[in-house]
Amino acid sequence: MKKGRASRNRGGTAQAELFGEETSSEMAEQKTKGASKTSKLKVTKKNRTPSPQKPRSRGGAHKVAKQREISVSEFFAKNRHLLGFDNPSKALLTTVKEAVDNSLDACDEAGITPVVHVAITQTQDDRYLVSVQDNGPGITPKEIPRIFGSLLYGSKFHRLRQSRGQQGIGISAAGMYGQLTTGKPMTVVSRVKRKKAHRFSIMLDTNTNLPVIKSDEEVEWDSKHGTCVELELEANYKSGRHSVDDYLWQIALANPHVEIHYTPPKGDARTIPRATKVLPAEAKEIKPHPRGVELGHLMKMLKDTRARNLSAFLQTEFSRVSGKVAREILAKTKLSEKTSPARAHRDAAESLYKAIQSTKIMNPATNCLSPIGDDQLIASLMERHDADFCAAITRPTAVYRGNPFLIEAAIAYGGKSFNADEPIKLYRLANRVPLMYQKMACAISKSVIDVAWRNYLVQQSRGAMPVAPMAVLVHIASVWVPFTSESKEAIASYPEITKEVKLAVQECGRKVATHIRRGRRLADQEKKKSYIEKYIPHIGIALQEILDLTDAKRTKTENNLKDILEKSRKL
Amino acid sequence: MAPRKKSGSIVDQIRGEASSVETKVNRGAKPAMKFPIRSLQNVKYDPKKGFFEMRGRKKERTLTVNTVKTFAQTLRMMSLSKELVETDDIATKREAYYVSKNWEEARFKEQPESDTVMDDVEALFGVNREQLGFIPEEKGGDVAGQLVVIDNDPSTGRPLRIDCTKFGSGAYSIPISVEQLKFETKAKFILVIETAGMFQRLVKHSYWKSANCILISMGGVPTRACRRFIRRLSDDKRIPVYVFVDGDPYGISNIYRTLKVGSGSAAHLNEFFCVPKARFLGITPQDIVDYELPTHPMKEVDIKRAKDALKNDPFFLHHKAWQTAVRQLLKMGVRAEQQALAKHGLNYVIEEYLPNKLANTKAFLP
Repeated sequence: MKKGRASRNRGGTAQAELFGEETSSEMAEQKTKGASKTSKLKVTKKNRTPSPQKPRSRGGAHKVAKQREISVSEFFAKNRHLLGFDNPSKALLTTVKEAVDNSLDACDEAGITPVVHVAITQTQDDRYLVSVQDNGPGITPKEIPRIFGSLLYGSKFHRLRQSRGQQGIGISAAGMYGQLTTGKPMTVVSRVKRKKAHRFSIMLDTNTNLPVIKSDEEVEWDSKHGTCVELELEANYKSGRHSVDDYLWQIALANPHVEIHYTPPKGDARTIPRATKVLPAEAKEIKPHPRGVELGHLMKMLKDTRARNLSAFLQTEFSRVSGKVAREILAKTKLSEKTSPARAHRDAAESLYKAIQSTKIMNPATNCLSPIGDDQLIASLMERHDADFCAAITRPTAVYRGNPFLIEAAIAYGGKSFNADEPIKLYRLANRVPLMYQKMACAISKSVIDVAWRNYLVQQSRGAMPVAPMAVLVHIASVWVPFTSESKEAIASYPEITKEVKLAVQECGRKVATHIRRGRRLADQEKKKSYIEKYIPHIGIALQEILDLTDAKRTKTENNLKDILEKSRKL
Repeated sequence: MAPRKKSGSIVDQIRGEASSVETKVNRGAKPAMKFPIRSLQNVKYDPKKGFFEMRGRKKERTLTVNTVKTFAQTLRMMSLSKELVETDDIATKREAYYVSKNWEEARFKEQPESDTVMDDVEALFGVNREQLGFIPEEKGGDVAGQLVVIDNDPSTGRPLRIDCTKFGSGAYSIPISVEQLKFETKAKFILVIETAGMFQRLVKHSYWKSANCILISMGGVPTRACRRFIRRLSDDKRIPVYVFVDGDPYGISNIYRTLKVGSGSAAHLNEFFCVPKARFLGITPQDIVDYELPTHPMKEVDIKRAKDALKNDPFFLHHKAWQTAVRQLLKMGVRAEQQALAKHGLNYVIEEYLPNKLANTKAFLP
């Protein structure tokens, strides 16, 4: 749920875009998928039945209820749980999460090493002020109001590439939630390099889904570039699992190049230092893979393309389609290569769709993915834990339903951070964002449980998380992470994904087993050595008592015995 | 008690063993001690001799890193034994365990560990543990009936006549050492009983008077003293021994078998601590059928024990009659306790069962 900054901006109202995209929601962005379907439902009904959420006109039962268009903002204001604002403590976490995710995406795109300041202060009993500041590229004053003051406005919705946020709802939804619960506007300060900083005070008009600028002034700002978002909302701060503290800590784990300064409402301010200076590789944007496109989307692409014939259409609009592959696909249909895409009717599109499914096409390119990397993962885990051993693995890119994805896994074992008789700590990451909720519904958890941990000398009862002094981290990077729901909390169990997760975790498991075995062997040797030192004197004492040996003779016997045993141990 | 098999005093033997260890070490070689294997696998049954005899297989315990602890403990146990013998003192098995608590790292964690080492030392020298100065804790067993035991008064050393008919509802306790005892009796047989409960019933109703016998209660697997007492009594007075135990694999293969032919773990002593004359009165598997006894299903461990007896126990392998009986029990899959006879009335055992059985002693299982 991101807004890009200082980056391209596609026009049109967000709503139109949303509904234009609805058939292709699969190709596009995950969170919108659920949201757009729900919206579509309401809108397509609008000329037939009264919306249950609108008051009926007063004319009594005979009169037909007054029909009205629903703005996307109205819809989400009523359905705030879809966006992660179901309760006050989750609202706080979601607000911080959206703001931080935006900051990190902005920095990554601009190639800046991110430094993020997060501060939360309690203003009233149930109200908190959240402030998130980054050193990103900043946003031009012209863009600020729409990015922060209107839902579904952003840069990441229409492209196919790995990023944290996708559809441009998150931060403006947080602003809307704040506005609903406190009536106060959101404050945004942003500065682009070599320009003056601007301070905006923005509200969102839920009827029109348009920003209302309360104030806009040029201000002095000591950062050369960056953005600071500040908003007050009804919330509840708690610590422990599912807390902001935990989330920021995991963000640091998933993004070892990030430095975070955090001031919680209670307790001391803290800094989470970066574990590496290496920035993640830039994720390239790719064209859709033919296998990942559904029929409806294919029809829309046929209509929108600039290509003059079908062969060119296939080659220019998709990845991995060469002239030869295009010919192969078209040969399976009754369509001519020269047919104009605009004239391809529904049946033609369907035969084309079927032909694509049965044609062998190279897997999608992988440069659209940006894994964290083995070294980075190890550095990160070791920085954030006091562990004895760490192993990481990056799997080769795999494909589910035409979408490239990649699994990384890392295991930290032993040391002071872990308890030997507790279940392992599992970190689930998707496109570098920690997943905080719905652990047991997630394909990652299921796959980890599915691994036969006893083979790796780790305790596990049937169907349960293993018990060991250990943390397991699994990261899925994909142009489209298949979440089980719009709230982006758990990953769907596609067989291709569970298989890759298992393979990655097993490979790490093997390394851990080697480590455990080595440890046991050393302990065993140590124990045997101490055995010699412990018990030989007793043999000496017994022999002396039985045989009335002199002390000298006893010492000599003991030493000889020690020599004999040491020698045999080495052999 | 049991005469020594090796020549020389115990102290000499201990010294000899220790000295061979010391010599080997100082020659730069790994010392080793040879222990007889203490298990059923290492015994044979000769019905003419009537007891389990050791086959003579030995295991060699070489001093290595892995065995250094047991090796040290064995040597220290030998040293303790030497001290006891030299000072004419004794220690119970429990006391020996507590003495080891002074051995720092070489101490025993639990008494079974020290008992095992003690049994090893005992077998190593082929002697009875009393000769090493160690005595058991366990009670020997209870005796009532037509018997006068002649013991020595510990303070004066003068003979002491103990009339086992004069204990009322109580009983005479078999002492730990029975070698000095002499017996006077006119009893026709000795009835050896597994449970104290059944013994109590027979004593209460003065069964020994009507049947003219001696009653002995073992209280489970008979102790060495109990076995030796019965053996000496029956040998001296030439009276038969009948055994009355629960009709289950434990009563048959653990209690009766141990009483009659000895155990696998102390095979070097069986010659003296067994009662080859003993015969099995009941409860036989056939009794369960004939007397329509109430039963319990056999537990997993019972079944395992019975199968093990059929497969590995030289005593059962030798006696066809026993194999048939145990197979019958396995097939029925049930067990019956002595006291199950109470189903037919509390004194049914006295009035019917025992007289019936004793009428045909030839039919007793071997």
